[in-house]
Amino acid sequence: MKPYDPQYVNTVTKYVFVDSPDTTPQDIAIAAYEIAKGVMIKETCFGCQITGSPEDVDRIIAPLRKLDPYRIYVKDRGFPPGDARRCRANSGGARPGYLGHEYEMALVRYIAYGLEQTDHMTPEELKAAAGQEKLMQSAFDVAVLEHLIEEE
Amino acid sequence: MAKVFIYPATSLILSDLVARFGHQPLGSAISIREHIQTSGFDSPPIQMTSEDPQKGLKWAAVEVPSGIRGRLSLYGPLVEEAEAAIIIDEPDLAFGCMGCERTNELLCFMLREKDIPRLELNYPTSREEGVTFVAAIKEFLVDLGGEYE
Repeated sequence: MKPYDPQYVNTVTKYVFVDSPDTTPQDIAIAAYEIAKGVMIKETCFGCQITGSPEDVDRIIAPLRKLDPYRIYVKDRGFPPGDARRCRANSGGARPGYLGHEYEMALVRYIAYGLEQTDHMTPEELKAAAGQEKLMQSAFDVAVLEHLIEEE
Repeated sequence: MAKVFIYPATSLILSDLVARFGHQPLGSAISIREHIQTSGFDSPPIQMTSEDPQKGLKWAAVEVPSGIRGRLSLYGPLVEEAEAAIIIDEPDLAFGCMGCERTNELLCFMLREKDIPRLELNYPTSREEGVTFVAAIKEFLVDLGGEYE
């Protein structure tokens, strides 16, 4: 154990992902740099990471979302960019969270289509599109359980 | 604005949709951020300290492995704070931070036991399911009082 002196206290870091035929990660990064005003932007292969005060990060993310509203996704990140405990420059290989992002990025095309379709729906249409609430799997029937026990 | 717990707690899709429809997503990143921005003692290369499994005792019994208790010290406060929850059933995404199945089972149990609005669904596997997925989440979040960004 050793004393721990945290960095980037009172900041938030957010990922901005893009998966679009019209907007590239570079477009996102350049647009973010243009309005950064000293906030830390890290360009990545999927978009960028933004680290700063919550107000500054929200100020940058709002216009970024407008570049391609259905295909830009934002998520909180716990660690700041380059943190020695997570950065792959230190640990080698993909960081643990990358695998989760890789999995979900394969599904976002369905989400983009869903966002586009539901954007102009009326509440009634939305309810119809949402369909039935997923039913919980019913508990095991006691009679069947008793029958199985008796068979044993 | 309601605080909505998302499961998987590392989900990009759920985190984005909850924020997009005007609420605050509660996921792993919130707890991790608080954890790493608080000064104290560190046990490199492990971020958990010996205090974390003790904090987890509030949500799991002492005979539960310390790894689960340590994880619950991160998720437990979020579940207590949550005003609603969105759960994806049986997600394939169960590695990395969400890689402990017993923690995940306990987490879902805690969310289902808590008397809060809850939406359970599966990941979409087609464009049509994508529409249903987004519509269900949007309707759920609008009912909570959210507004589209």
